[in-house]
Amino acid sequence: MKEDIIKNKIRKSKEDKIFDFIIYSVAALLILITLYPMYFIVIASISNPTDVSSGNIIFWPKGINFRGYEQLLNYKQLWVGYKNTIIYAVLGTCMNLIVNISASYALSRKNLVGKKLITFFYLVPMFFGGGLIPTYLIIKNCNMLDTRWVMILPFSVITYYIIVGRTFFANNIPDDLWEAAQIDGCGNMTFFFKIVLPLSKAVIAVIALWSAVGHWNSYFNALIYLRSDALQPLQIVLRNILISNQTMSTMMTGTAATEARQAAELIKYGVIVVSSAPIMCMYPFVQKYFNQGVMIGAVKG
Amino acid sequence: MSKETAVRKKKNIWHRIYSDRALYVLLLPSVIILFLFTYIPMYGVVIAFKDFSPAKGIMGSPWAGLKYFKQYFYSYQFWPTIKNTLVLSIYSIVVTFPLPILLALVCNQMRAGKFKKFFQVSTYLPHFISTVVMCGMIILFLSPSSGVIARLFGYFGAKMPNVMGQASSFPSVYVWTEVWQHLGWDSILYIAALSAIDPSLYEAATVDGASKWQKMIKIDIPLLMPTATVMFILRMGSVMSVGFEKVYLLQNNLNTATSEIISTYVYKMGLVSSQYSLSSAIGLFNNVINLVLLVAVNFISSKMSNTSLV
Repeated sequence: MKEDIIKNKIRKSKEDKIFDFIIYSVAALLILITLYPMYFIVIASISNPTDVSSGNIIFWPKGINFRGYEQLLNYKQLWVGYKNTIIYAVLGTCMNLIVNISASYALSRKNLVGKKLITFFYLVPMFFGGGLIPTYLIIKNCNMLDTRWVMILPFSVITYYIIVGRTFFANNIPDDLWEAAQIDGCGNMTFFFKIVLPLSKAVIAVIALWSAVGHWNSYFNALIYLRSDALQPLQIVLRNILISNQTMSTMMTGTAATEARQAAELIKYGVIVVSSAPIMCMYPFVQKYFNQGVMIGAVKG
Repeated sequence: MSKETAVRKKKNIWHRIYSDRALYVLLLPSVIILFLFTYIPMYGVVIAFKDFSPAKGIMGSPWAGLKYFKQYFYSYQFWPTIKNTLVLSIYSIVVTFPLPILLALVCNQMRAGKFKKFFQVSTYLPHFISTVVMCGMIILFLSPSSGVIARLFGYFGAKMPNVMGQASSFPSVYVWTEVWQHLGWDSILYIAALSAIDPSLYEAATVDGASKWQKMIKIDIPLLMPTATVMFILRMGSVMSVGFEKVYLLQNNLNTATSEIISTYVYKMGLVSSQYSLSSAIGLFNNVINLVLLVAVNFISSKMSNTSLV
């Protein structure tokens, strides 16, 4: 009897070992598939362009050099785009925070008169919108076409952020706190700025990170509403280089066609690294905020 | 008596609004922005029913009835755009819906530690690559002459087809790159749901001699089902809306037969060919279908699982 149990245990644990082996192999394979393309971009960007285009680069960089990056340094439009994106990301994130956090706090208060109606007002745009052309015409009528404003102001209200914020405030700022503050003669505004905001760093961080990444990666609004080169954000410049194959005139002169083509390919790898590095490097350190955000958002508000 | 209380209640409401006026001030900026840039364009949708010309403005343009809707319904692009949208969308759902659940199950089986953390961070990472860079990478990697994937094919003595140059492979390229980019991220919710499972269930199963595999099949999967059902229903609500950006960026002259979807067509008609009314009509048509789907799906989900969006 006892022997049977022990035998059983051994068999089970053997089964579990095989199971573990499979799980960890799958995980390792997934890590490889996920990281390899990104790793390849990095090694290709510092390798000899001829080796890259003839496929000699698989695991290690060859003929390490930084010519691609040197050429990028001289590519003005890229740095104009970089500067613009930083402007849009910083101002746009501030705008998103001001607009969405304040609205979500007001909506989190239980006794707000007209709360249902106001919530409805915020929810409708999630399901129905005027569409591309009517929105375009309004932006045009507001004289915002081809200005920096269009990247910061008109699309700053994001219902999802408001829901996340409201859920956070409703769960983390107890009613007693407001009542106590009221007795001490504290008004709504003072309470919001002096007590609620300092207690809500987590949700502020979540929304700030989301909107910063959103602005950094956004491309659609610039495509529709911006015309002049001086205002284009990074993603539009990237599209011109990566997708439209807009060759850089500075590189085409004096070099043979194949070499120029290879150098253009090299630049593509470099440009991907330069544009994605800030977010990729920041991400592992702020991951917990992103995860927290997904969790807050998943709880029905 | 009741009249008196009603009056008092009314007074009370105005009093409450007045005493909470600061809260309305906090709401004001977002209300103004939403009204200006979202609600007014909703009114602007009437240009779908008008012969809009920018010179006459929205109000001044003459009514055209359903002319532009008919123009779209009878155009040769009507069925292709709808079919392409549905193919991309359904293919996406079939592939990108179950895989994150599997990933979460795998992740849940790993012991907490450095490897698990590394696994999570690295699978989430591609989510933060911008759509433009993603499409640039796809084009670079899939290039039949110099792409890495072509090299890998070469190792096995096979020749890689020009994937970006043939219409038939566009949906697969779109969907599987989507998997690569968002698989990890989409699994977060399921991983969280799994970590919320009561550990005593596992302990009881262990005492009964269940193997890890049995625990996964008998405990993890059934307990994930409610979350998965809700997510699935929500996904079905957006079956007619496929994101514009990625499709537009991956489009080229050789693959438009499968890559022209409603949203890219709206963009081309509206801002490239300046057919404002036609473009708005197509956009509105798509929007209404989406709305109907969402309402239907929300109705079903609230009936089935008491979970609804609103």
